[in-house]
Amino acid sequence: MAFYFVQFLTGLASAASLFLVASGLSIIFGVTRIVNFAHGAFYMLGAYVAFTLTERFSGAVGFWGGIVLASLIVAVVGVIVEMVLLRRIYHAPELFQLLATFGLTLMVQDIVVLIWGPDDLLGRRAPGFKGAVDFFGQNIPSYDLFLIGLSPVVLGILWLLFQRTRWGVLVRAATQDRDMVAALGVNQKWLFTSVFALGVFLAALGGALQIPRDAVHHALDLRIIVDVFVVVVIGGLGSIIGAFVAAVLVSELNAFGILIFPKISIILVFLVMAVVLIVRPWGLFGKPEAAARRTPGLTVNPWRPLTSNERWLAISALAVAAMLPLLAGNYALTVGSEIAIFVIFAASLHFLMSVGGLASFGHAAYFGLGAYGVAFLAKAAGLPMIVSLLMGPLLGLLGAAIFGFFAVQLTGVYFAMLTLAFAQIVWSIAFQWVTVTGGDNGILGVWPEKWAAGPASFYWLSLGIAAIAVALLRVIVFSPFGFALRATRDSLLRSEAIGINGKRVQWTAFVIAGTVAGFAGALFAYLKGSVFPDSLGISLSVDALVMVLLGGVETVSGAVVGAIVFKALNIWLVSQTDLSKLVLGGFVVLIVVAFPKGIVGVLETIRNRRRSSSSKSSSPDSSLATSRIETAE
Amino acid sequence: MRRSYLLGAGLAIAVAGMATSAMAQEIKIGEINSYSLLPAFTEPYRKGWQLAVEEINAGGGINGKKLVVISKDDGGKPADAQTAANELVSSENVAMLTGTFLSNIGLAVSDFANQKKVFFLAAEPLTDAITWAKGNRYTFRLRPSNYMQAAMLVEEAAKLPAKRWATIAPNYEYGQSAVSVFKKLMSEKRPDIVWVDEQWPPQGKIDAGPVVQAVAAANPEAILNVTFGADLVKLVREGNTRGLFKGRSVASFLTGEPEYLDPLKDETPEGWIVTGYPWYDIKTPDHDKFLKAYQAKFNDYPRLGSIVGYQTIKAAAAILTKANSTDPEKLIAAAEGLSMPSPFGEITFRKNDHQSTLGAYVGKTALKDGKGVMVDSVYRKGSDYLPSDAEIEKLRPKD
Amino acid sequence: MSMVPTLLSVENLSKSYGGVHAVRSVSFSLRSGEILALIGPNGAGKSTCFDMLNGQNTPDSGRIKLLGEDTVGKKPRQVWRLGVGRTFQITATFPTMTVRENVQVALVSYGRQLFNLFGSTANYARDEAGRLLDLVGMGAYAERPCGELAYGDLKRLELAIALANQPKLLLMDEPTAGMAPRERVELMRLTAEIAREKSIGVLFTEHDMDVVFEHADRILVLNRGSLIAEGTPEQVRGNPQVRAIYLGEGLVYDARHREGAGA
Repeated sequence: MAFYFVQFLTGLASAASLFLVASGLSIIFGVTRIVNFAHGAFYMLGAYVAFTLTERFSGAVGFWGGIVLASLIVAVVGVIVEMVLLRRIYHAPELFQLLATFGLTLMVQDIVVLIWGPDDLLGRRAPGFKGAVDFFGQNIPSYDLFLIGLSPVVLGILWLLFQRTRWGVLVRAATQDRDMVAALGVNQKWLFTSVFALGVFLAALGGALQIPRDAVHHALDLRIIVDVFVVVVIGGLGSIIGAFVAAVLVSELNAFGILIFPKISIILVFLVMAVVLIVRPWGLFGKPEAAARRTPGLTVNPWRPLTSNERWLAISALAVAAMLPLLAGNYALTVGSEIAIFVIFAASLHFLMSVGGLASFGHAAYFGLGAYGVAFLAKAAGLPMIVSLLMGPLLGLLGAAIFGFFAVQLTGVYFAMLTLAFAQIVWSIAFQWVTVTGGDNGILGVWPEKWAAGPASFYWLSLGIAAIAVALLRVIVFSPFGFALRATRDSLLRSEAIGINGKRVQWTAFVIAGTVAGFAGALFAYLKGSVFPDSLGISLSVDALVMVLLGGVETVSGAVVGAIVFKALNIWLVSQTDLSKLVLGGFVVLIVVAFPKGIVGVLETIRNRRRSSSSKSSSPDSSLATSRIETAE
Repeated sequence: MRRSYLLGAGLAIAVAGMATSAMAQEIKIGEINSYSLLPAFTEPYRKGWQLAVEEINAGGGINGKKLVVISKDDGGKPADAQTAANELVSSENVAMLTGTFLSNIGLAVSDFANQKKVFFLAAEPLTDAITWAKGNRYTFRLRPSNYMQAAMLVEEAAKLPAKRWATIAPNYEYGQSAVSVFKKLMSEKRPDIVWVDEQWPPQGKIDAGPVVQAVAAANPEAILNVTFGADLVKLVREGNTRGLFKGRSVASFLTGEPEYLDPLKDETPEGWIVTGYPWYDIKTPDHDKFLKAYQAKFNDYPRLGSIVGYQTIKAAAAILTKANSTDPEKLIAAAEGLSMPSPFGEITFRKNDHQSTLGAYVGKTALKDGKGVMVDSVYRKGSDYLPSDAEIEKLRPKD
Repeated sequence: MSMVPTLLSVENLSKSYGGVHAVRSVSFSLRSGEILALIGPNGAGKSTCFDMLNGQNTPDSGRIKLLGEDTVGKKPRQVWRLGVGRTFQITATFPTMTVRENVQVALVSYGRQLFNLFGSTANYARDEAGRLLDLVGMGAYAERPCGELAYGDLKRLELAIALANQPKLLLMDEPTAGMAPRERVELMRLTAEIAREKSIGVLFTEHDMDVVFEHADRILVLNRGSLIAEGTPEQVRGNPQVRAIYLGEGLVYDARHREGAGA
């Protein structure tokens, strides 16, 4: 009995840091609607800065002072980030802020190594909390007891802050209705900045408090960020008490999960998140999102099929691309094949995100399933390449059909998180089920047959499939189904009122996107000759998101350009420098600030501006656009 | 340094036509590692091979040709490692590929080498598969494998009186195969042993408190640890505070390597049986020479990665020198059975499985001046801890 | 009029939220071609009533019959398939499409082509969409982006969308809200014309009494969830209870008088 009690306390102690970081993320999201991917980076910075300070200042005052000072310093960094970067992009399309904070995260990973060196750092133990307390023969570290006591205190302070101060009232009001607060004449800028600072402070504090238990290293951010997303989503976005309960739930699941299912502890948390989201779509303590505001930034210019000139342009571009083997060597062709494959992958996510309005954070699952499908068919069943290539993606289709059914019941961030959870479950299975998938050692020897083995032939194969996939998705965009899908995205209310079964339409779109991603994965397996769990991983999902946003989420085929630019740059940077993350992150941040509509979005804006200025004189009704009223009454 | 400076100055004043002839005087090796993902391990490794390149070129290069290493980062992703391998082979025309740290990346590059018929000398990956189950004729491996490390640990661990054992290992292929080999070899030597608990924390994400509690609850007499890096730090801290290691023996993979031992500082647990690299305790002429050169060049002490990086390029150079060609088949012929000196003494690349006989030091952890060290270390030759030729025959696929 | 079949019949419709009766035992019926107004002060239960008719909300008790078919428990899209068109108080259209495409989507749905993946929408029922737009006076705007329409035009577009399934019943929630006075009259005249011509029953809620008394054949008055009066505009205007609670504040209206003044 004492054992279970101590195990419970241990879980509570683990919950403390998780709660601090998660509450910060939740507060920031609640007010600014920013999904702050950089929250893990601030956590890590907190740990690093606290390490430096506590090494320099001795004694209890030095230690505790160092922890608090470190959190404050990182909060100031957060304020600078908010003012310099995020303020510029609050009105950019949804998720663009996620892209910006993702870029920051990449940069911070390299920066901490540059500043603090590559070695794992062992911080000091907390003065006064070095030992353990004996509890019926079980030892409880006294620092754990300190952490257990700390979270309710922080929860209490936050509660007082939000309930008893004017600032707190404003923050709560802003969480419910941002526009109302603006209408009250509150300086929204500073409200956002202060909220961001508080959130970052909590993240940094969570990191700083880990130094007596953990090693400080440059992968801390990714280790915590996914867990924190899970906690925030289970608890309900914007709910601090929810973050608290979910942090405890997740930590206890870990603590007791390892006793019952020692081998599947990673999956367990994601399974719970998936179940919570299916049963309570807004998390345990969350409130239903107010009927989705009309997505700001949606372009007013309706999509249209290519004109015949543009079609010729696209065909010429394809023809030029097809001539690459005449000019370039084997390496360039292999890179070209890889880019073509990522064009397919990005286009499939773009279809779901831009046309369907469903931003998946776990799209790599279907890419990876396609790849594993091929690997199983080619290696285990020994089927010929063409058959494997056509049948392998069916595994992606199957996965998309099953997971998509549940995912499309949700919207917005919750949809994103459920797709993430599914992807993580699939990844964990591939990673840990060694007997079937080979675990992280993957499945080797999936090489193309002779006819496709040469770099030029494989390049043509990839390019051809990419062209077909992109063209097909474009056709679907302008098909009756594509319009039904866009109708569902634009106005759920109206589409339902004209007889459209939105969920079924979205589910179909999910399956289409998953299948196309599966084809990309199938080709990828043959390109690399092997399949690893990486091809299902978060970083691949995030890469795809970045490609779509980079190309322009409001365009028909921006993802094609986004994929080419991002992948080419990525491959080049990885080849040229060990600091590829710093450069790539900086590039992403720059793009976000300079071209918030993405590359293709910017090009279209320029073209439309030119077109409208040339047609202005001839248009009698140009006043119509200015007399438009946003909402009634 | 001076030599290369002179060489550089000579090149600078040379006309373009001469530059092309200088190119022909180079032999290029392509090197791939997880520099951005695992800088703590790959930085010392990089220093090691840089030292080797310098020494080789100072000694006249490869049969008179200058050795150039072109190094690429793989970001810890097998797919990116393959892209890099492709670039090195297709664009840079390297004579061979070397490097890699993670097992899955080693395997990916090995498979690539087999497919494209390129010589590959794997430096650090530990997985047994790379020389056995998924071995191929183009791939050689330097570092002692998972199996060898396990066999070395078992030799000491079997002498312990402990009968009740628990294991803690990261839940992926490396951890799983380390545990299974250790269990198998241990049970062969000590049929009386019972395995009372297994913990499989996710790699890089150990929730150390509950794991320590759970192991303690099973009340083992001895523990096998396979975790490393930040996971190990957390495990040791929780274990120390909760008294898990008190009165229990621990056998631990790799923990004596400075990469893993040094971060533990004054919290290093004492008396663990570990494999590792006690650079401060090795008193052989071969190692002295390496140590002096390394410290002189980098003003830092070597880690195990330094040894691996250094010896990888030394071995590559020895193979290239003997083959006197860049033809992969000739390189294979040259490498098979080739013996060469190393800081750890003479090593040989075995013909049957392409594994080098580089060994490891086995000893016990101890605290000295607030730092973790290995004491009572003994060098174990790799050749003594490999299965018989007949067994290898069964393990490796036919070429 | 009594020979015309009953299109919609509502019996004892009730809905309460946490003990508050939003709608209490409301019964009424509507015939084809008839224009029925549902009025009442804010919070009287009009919107709740509407949402239940449309399928967006489920009543606690009561029956709704549309052409003899029970619609309680049906989803809005199923109710739509029975021939009910709907417009919203705050317009709901597809801002990223052109005006014509907005109507075409509805026609696609009506033609059960929603899962046609490879056809071309541009040519689907193009003329039919054009006819509907002409009908509501939006033909000239067909190729305009919907997102840049003036509000009054959006309301007319919504009407065109609502007519796409050749409805038997139109549910219009505050059809003229947010419009300029002149546009209001115009839109309702248009609606009435179409309704009479195509024999469509219209149920609408409205705050503007000009519109109500001008166009409604009959008026239902809701107060605190209950129906307090029902009848022709004259009857309702003369009802002292209605005057007391609703029309008392200077809103008494004489259609002829106003119309004369306008002319």
